[in-house]
Amino acid sequence: MQFYSRRKKLIGNSQTEQLYGHCLQFYGQPPIENISLSEFETFAVDRLKLLKTVENLGVSYVKTSELYTKKLDAEFSNLNFPYKIEADDWKPQTGPSEYEKRRKDHISHFILRLAYCQTEDLRRWFIQQEIDLFRYRFNDLPSKNIGQFLQYNNLHYHTISIDEKKKLMDKLVTSSFAVSGSTVDGKDFYKVPFQDALDLVRTRKVYLNGGYVYIPHQDIVTIVLNDFRTRLSKALALTARSLPAVQSDERLQPLLNHLSHAYVGQDYSIQKSIGKISLEQIDPLSAKSYPLCMRQLHRGLRDSHHLRHGGRMQYGLFLKGIGLTLDQALQFWRSEFVKGKVDADKFDKAYAYSIRHMFGKEGKRTDYTPYSCMKVILSNPPSQGDQHGCPFRHSDPELLKQKLQSYKVSPSGISQILELVKGMHYQLACQKYFELTHSIEDSGFSLNHPNQYFMESQKLLGGPGAGVKVEVKREDNPEVAAEITEDLDSFFQDA
Amino acid sequence: MTTADYDQASLPDLLPLYYRRLFPFSQYHRWLNYGGVTKNYFQNREFSFTLKDDIYVRYQSFSTQNELEKEMQKMNPYKIDIGAVYSHRPNQHNTVKSGSFQALEKELVFDIDMTDYDDVRSCCSGADICPKCWTLMTIAIRILDRALRDDFGFRHCLWVYSGRRGVHCWVCDEAARKLSVAARSAVAEYLSLVKGGDETVRKVVLSDPIHPFITESLTVVENYFSQYALLGQDILGSKEAVDKVLALLPEDILFLCKLLQYFQTEKNPEKRWDTIRSMAQDKRMTAKKGHYFEMEIMLQYCYPRLDVNVSKGVNHLLKSPFSVHPKTGRISVPIDLRELDRFDPFEVPTISLICEELDQPKTEEEQDDNMENENKKEAGERRKMRDYKRTSLAKYVKLFDNFLEEMAHSRKGEVLKNSDLQKDF
Repeated sequence: MQFYSRRKKLIGNSQTEQLYGHCLQFYGQPPIENISLSEFETFAVDRLKLLKTVENLGVSYVKTSELYTKKLDAEFSNLNFPYKIEADDWKPQTGPSEYEKRRKDHISHFILRLAYCQTEDLRRWFIQQEIDLFRYRFNDLPSKNIGQFLQYNNLHYHTISIDEKKKLMDKLVTSSFAVSGSTVDGKDFYKVPFQDALDLVRTRKVYLNGGYVYIPHQDIVTIVLNDFRTRLSKALALTARSLPAVQSDERLQPLLNHLSHAYVGQDYSIQKSIGKISLEQIDPLSAKSYPLCMRQLHRGLRDSHHLRHGGRMQYGLFLKGIGLTLDQALQFWRSEFVKGKVDADKFDKAYAYSIRHMFGKEGKRTDYTPYSCMKVILSNPPSQGDQHGCPFRHSDPELLKQKLQSYKVSPSGISQILELVKGMHYQLACQKYFELTHSIEDSGFSLNHPNQYFMESQKLLGGPGAGVKVEVKREDNPEVAAEITEDLDSFFQDA
Repeated sequence: MTTADYDQASLPDLLPLYYRRLFPFSQYHRWLNYGGVTKNYFQNREFSFTLKDDIYVRYQSFSTQNELEKEMQKMNPYKIDIGAVYSHRPNQHNTVKSGSFQALEKELVFDIDMTDYDDVRSCCSGADICPKCWTLMTIAIRILDRALRDDFGFRHCLWVYSGRRGVHCWVCDEAARKLSVAARSAVAEYLSLVKGGDETVRKVVLSDPIHPFITESLTVVENYFSQYALLGQDILGSKEAVDKVLALLPEDILFLCKLLQYFQTEKNPEKRWDTIRSMAQDKRMTAKKGHYFEMEIMLQYCYPRLDVNVSKGVNHLLKSPFSVHPKTGRISVPIDLRELDRFDPFEVPTISLICEELDQPKTEEEQDDNMENENKKEAGERRKMRDYKRTSLAKYVKLFDNFLEEMAHSRKGEVLKNSDLQKDF
């Protein structure tokens, strides 16, 4: 067995041998060894790059497609993370051993937990990428290793014997749409306590007997992923509680802060060329270079001379991101609102304050960042009368279709977009919208921010908004930061 | 003795007698203590009482069986509900830091109410029941009990007559008591086939593949369908009833016309049903999609309708077994599944009946027992005499005893199994 032959090659002591006996981990136990600061840093940065890749690829490709897998494979080997169990069998000529890769995987995960446990947003992002990463690696495991993995991690899901399968053949076939006679013969079936597969039980999609559900191999992934998500979520909550102790260490604090800010990547909050857009240009720009969500908001504002709070925030911050100055913004909003039911005085009293607030000129002076696609899609869903949100996510597909038709998108393009929406690939749908409205085949970027959409569009069209240079925010110790950030900066500027 | 003898106004006189001499406290405590395996399981259980004049008190809890008895004899509740086992004693919940007082465990429960079938029973409506529609409860118990046992692996299900128009099920397995809200909800959904309210005409929709659970449930329904629905409820008799059935058939004009024409000459409901059945089977042979309308009709008319909300909540309060139903006077007694088809809700003893039976002259044996106990009383010991043995309540307490004995046996089995695993000798 592979497991036993590996023992000869492992360098560590028997405890770590056990820890890294499998290439895939649930990250149950934290590392207990000492590592150098530079290793700490390298491991963390490498894993962050890996997770960023996972995020970007997840937006551009369907997560189980061949292209996705190939690209992720490449990144894995570039960054020296363990990914293929066959790597066991031969000693690599150069570079780190399998053991070292697994150790890196283990340690880097725990370091990033420290950086990403602090806020709900950070946790959500981290969990999402780690889940996608886990799914990719789990799907890669050959089936005999799955059994091993499950046992290793105390998941008491056993496969049923061939005899049992024969006995239950009829029941298995009639329980699930996806299961035919040949599936029963060819694939493994797992016996799982029903409490661990509630969604399958609730919808009667699986055979249930004696308190156990019988799940075909392809569905066991969902069960395992749910388990992974629950464990990680709980662990992050716990980590957050012990964080103050870690943060008090001066050596670690700057790096951890930097890592958690770096995930946002380009947050479009500091522009070098502010004021390059004039107010008269906004209407034509909205038709040419705005993503659909902002176009909708702008239209809504022009039509009713008003936007509700959610819309004002989403659009207002976007405008800041494309380069409007505070004065321009005030003028823009006032002129529009005054055409409606709001007189100039009321505007100055009520709405102006909130616009200045957006620019960091009021209250605690936080300079708010324009919303990313994730934020728009996931938080604050619009209700009746709201214009904000992501039209691909929040609009009724019929209405979306009509809107796209009115914007002269071709019928085939519309159906492509609607397909993506059905598959819940909202950012891909927006990217498609970009490609169709700019008449190009491939947008050349992975969309994750409305201001990114605007910038890319302006770059293509050679407009004034393209010259906006973007920087990652930095608030920590400049000396330490300088060493580390070179690495991160160079990574993020190729987006 | 008929229920005509029960009068709600006499409850204030009957209840004290019931709680002093008839209520099976020792069995009740044995049940809720669950072998004393978990510390404070009984002490942390919530009870709620409805007292005279509709006064409702929650978060009652008791340290011992004795305390429970004394309190109930003092308060003489009209109704008793059982809630969850909490993290702290419910009667001290106000002293607990807010957020810490949590419902931890409770039996998985189901409540089947006859009023939920009003759209498919023609004999009664509302709170009324009769032997004809009671069959629905029989069907419900058979289907659900099988599923809980075979599909979910639960072994200790106590079925209880609610006292008026339905039945309750208490699933007492340890695994069941520990289920989360999400799990209870999933179990209830798994068991639900009839969906929709007044505005929904077609409440059962079946599609390929037909899950084994549905097949098993249909087998039960088929056993009763002819007697209950075709003859008893006469669902293919009057024009009105037939129209209701036709509303559930596919909207195929040709098909319906043929059927109506046939019905003009054929008046026998069983023959009419056979025709509908064979037409469904024909359609299945020829059409690409599965047409299961004859099964859908059977299920809509007979399949159990449960209230998911009752089953979902860990802290949901449900009427206690051996509680009295104030409106009918009937005691909520356990149902013997071995004699299920013979269960008659109208034969269930009322509180007035059993109180009367108490007054009947004692037999010699009992008189001797009485003397002994009198002596003990004089000795300062207060021993409660269980008079229920002389009343119609006896056989139901015996049923309950058997149920408790089975659970105790299971618990012993578990302990042995665990100690074997740990190699304790």
